[in-house]
Amino acid sequence: MTLKSFALAAAMGLLASTAWAETKIGMITTLSGGGAGLGIDVRDGFMLAIAQSGRDDIEVVIEDDQRKPDIAVQLTDKMIQSEKVDILTGIIWSNLAMAVVPAATAQGKFYLSPNAGPSALAGRGCHENYFNVAWQNDNLHEAAGAYANTVGHANSFILAPNYPAGKDALTGYKRFYEGELAGELYTELGQTDYAAEIAQIRASGADSVFFFLPGGMGISFLKQYADSGVDLPVIGPAFSFDQGILQAVGPAALGVVNTSQWNKDLDNPTNAAFVESFAAEYGRLPSLYASQGFDTANLLLSALEVADVSDADAFRDALRAANFDSTRGDFEFGPNHHPVQDIYAREVVQEGDVFTNRLIGVALTDRADAYAADCKM
Amino acid sequence: MSLILIIEQILNGVQFGVMLFLMASGLTLIFGVMGLINLAHGSLYMVGAFAAAGVAASSGSFLLALMAAMAAAAMAGVIMEMIVIRRLYDRDHLEQVLATFALILVFSEGTRFVFGSFPLFLDVPGVLSGPITLPGGIQYPLYRLVLIAVGLSVALGLGLFISKTRVGIQIRAGENDREMIAALGVDIAKLYTLVFALGAALAGLAGALVGAIQSVQIGMGEPILILAFVVIVIGGIGSIRGALIGSLLVGLTDTLGGIFLPELFKFFVAPDVAQTVGSALASMAIYVLMACVLIWRPTGLFGARA
Repeated sequence: MTLKSFALAAAMGLLASTAWAETKIGMITTLSGGGAGLGIDVRDGFMLAIAQSGRDDIEVVIEDDQRKPDIAVQLTDKMIQSEKVDILTGIIWSNLAMAVVPAATAQGKFYLSPNAGPSALAGRGCHENYFNVAWQNDNLHEAAGAYANTVGHANSFILAPNYPAGKDALTGYKRFYEGELAGELYTELGQTDYAAEIAQIRASGADSVFFFLPGGMGISFLKQYADSGVDLPVIGPAFSFDQGILQAVGPAALGVVNTSQWNKDLDNPTNAAFVESFAAEYGRLPSLYASQGFDTANLLLSALEVADVSDADAFRDALRAANFDSTRGDFEFGPNHHPVQDIYAREVVQEGDVFTNRLIGVALTDRADAYAADCKM
Repeated sequence: MSLILIIEQILNGVQFGVMLFLMASGLTLIFGVMGLINLAHGSLYMVGAFAAAGVAASSGSFLLALMAAMAAAAMAGVIMEMIVIRRLYDRDHLEQVLATFALILVFSEGTRFVFGSFPLFLDVPGVLSGPITLPGGIQYPLYRLVLIAVGLSVALGLGLFISKTRVGIQIRAGENDREMIAALGVDIAKLYTLVFALGAALAGLAGALVGAIQSVQIGMGEPILILAFVVIVIGGIGSIRGALIGSLLVGLTDTLGGIFLPELFKFFVAPDVAQTVGSALASMAIYVLMACVLIWRPTGLFGARA
C-alpha cells in the first residue's frame, strides 16, 4: 500500500466514523404542486423542533415527492440505498404512504408518519417499525360523527371524494353518528364545482351536512355553499379548515364546526411556546400539519436521547414510550403504534383580519382507532 | 326528483359550459390558426386567477381585478409566444407538447415563487353574492347567472369579431391557408401574437371569474384544460361556433350525467351499487359523447378539416 492510498483509506475511515455518529433522517414530503402547503407546514414544524433541540449531530435530507407515488418510491430507494438514512418521515398522502411505508419498514428502517394514517397500516398491515404521530385516517371523521350526535343532528347529508381516504371518512363518520342519512355522495377527486351536489343537498331535506373535501376542493365547496343560500349547519374534519386555507375561504367558513386533535389555543406550555416560536420563525400561524411535524421531530428527539438508532429494539421501545412534550398535551401510543388522544371540536372565527379556529369542546376522549385489534406485531 | 332540481341542474350545466367556452375558444383559435397544441393554456387561466386575487386584495374592486386578470394573462401569453412558442410553429406536435408541458412547470413554480404555496382568497363581489329567486321558486346564486350572461356575451362578441372585422377575416384566412395570406402582405407573425394574446386574455378572464367561486391555487388550470381539449375535438378544431356548442354539450353532459345516471341505475340495482356504477359512468360520459361525435363526424361538429 502506497502512502497516498493509505492516507485516502484513513480519510475514508474518518468520514465513515463521523457518519456513524450522526443520525440521518430522510424526509419525503410534498413541496410542489397543489398540495404543497401541507408538506411545507410539516417540514417547517419538523425543522423548528430540530433547530430548537440544538443538536448538530442530526442530518435531515429533504426531498419533494410532488404528490406522486412513483416519485415517492424512487426517493425512498435513493434515501435508503445511497443516502443511507436511518429513519424516514414526511409523507402527507395515504396513497403515497401505502407505496412507501411497507417497503421501508421491510428493509428495517423506522418510519414516523407526520400525517397519513391509512387504515391498512393501522390494522393487519401494521409494523413494529411504523409509528403514526398524527392520527388514524378515520379519527377526525369519527369525532365529527360524535359531535353531530351531541348537537342533535339527526338527518345528515354526507359527501367525500371517491378515493380510499374519502371512503374512510364517510365510514368514520357513520361509525359514531346515530341519526339518519339524507344522502351519501362520492364526488370526483379534484372536483372544483359543487353546484350539482349543493342542489341535491337543498332538495334532500337534510338538517346538516358533513363533508370531507381536503385542500382546494374544500375551498371551492365552502364558497359555493355560502353563496347558494342553503344554510344548514356544516361539520367537517380539520383538513378543510386548517390555517393555510382558511384565508382563501374567507368569511364563508365563519362559524363552521370542525374536528381536530390540535388547535393553537390548546392550553399547555409546549403548545404556547410552539405557536409563538413558529409564528416568529416563519411569519405565519401554524396549522395542524405544522404541529404534527413538530411533534414528530420531538418524539424522534426524545427517543434519540435514550437510545441510538443502531440499537433497533431499544430505539423502538423509546419511541413507544412517547416520552416527549406534545403540543397536544397528553400523548401516548396504542398497541398498533397509532395515537390515543382527545379529539376536539373547533369553530372558525375571525381574529382581527385573520381567520382561525377556536376550541369549543371535546368531541372524543382518549380515542384510539377501530383497527388496533387487527394488528399483530 | 323535482322539476326545480332538474332546472337548477340545467342552469349549472350551462354555467359550467360557458366558462369552458372561454377556455376552449382561445385554445381552438390557437390550435386552428397556428396548428399549435398549447398545453400551457391552463397556466394562463391560473395567471388570470392569481392576478385577479392579487389586485382584488389590494384594491378591493372586482371589476379592476377582472381587467387585471385579462391584462396579466394576455401579457404572459405574448411573452410566452415571443420567447418560446414562436420557435415551435414548424415543429411537430410532440415537440410542441413537450415544450408547452415544460411551460406548465415553469408557470407553476414561478407562481409559487411570487405568491407562495397557499391558496389565495378571491370572493364574489358583494352586490352579486347570495341567491336570487327565479320564477317558479328556484333559488339560484346570482353570480352564476352573471357568469352565464358574461360567457354568452363574450361568445357573441367573439363571433362578431371573427365574422365581421378585418382582423377576424385575417384570422379565418390564416386558418385556411397561411402561405397565401402571408403572400398577400399580412404580417403573419403579428397576427399570431395577436391571436395568442386574445386566447390568453379569455383564459385569464375565465380564471378570474371561476376563481371567485373556486379555489385560487397552483395547478388549478390543468383539470379544465383537459375538458377544453375535449370541447374543441367535439366542436371541430378552429371553429368558434363549434367551441360554443361543444362547451354547452360537455357542460350539460357532465353535470346532468353526474346527477341522473346514478338515479337511473337505482331502477335496476341496489342504491349503493347504483351510486358507484352511476358515478363511474358519469365521469366517463363526456368521453363517450366525444367518441360518438367523432364516429358520426370525424372532424367534429363544425370542423372543416381533421
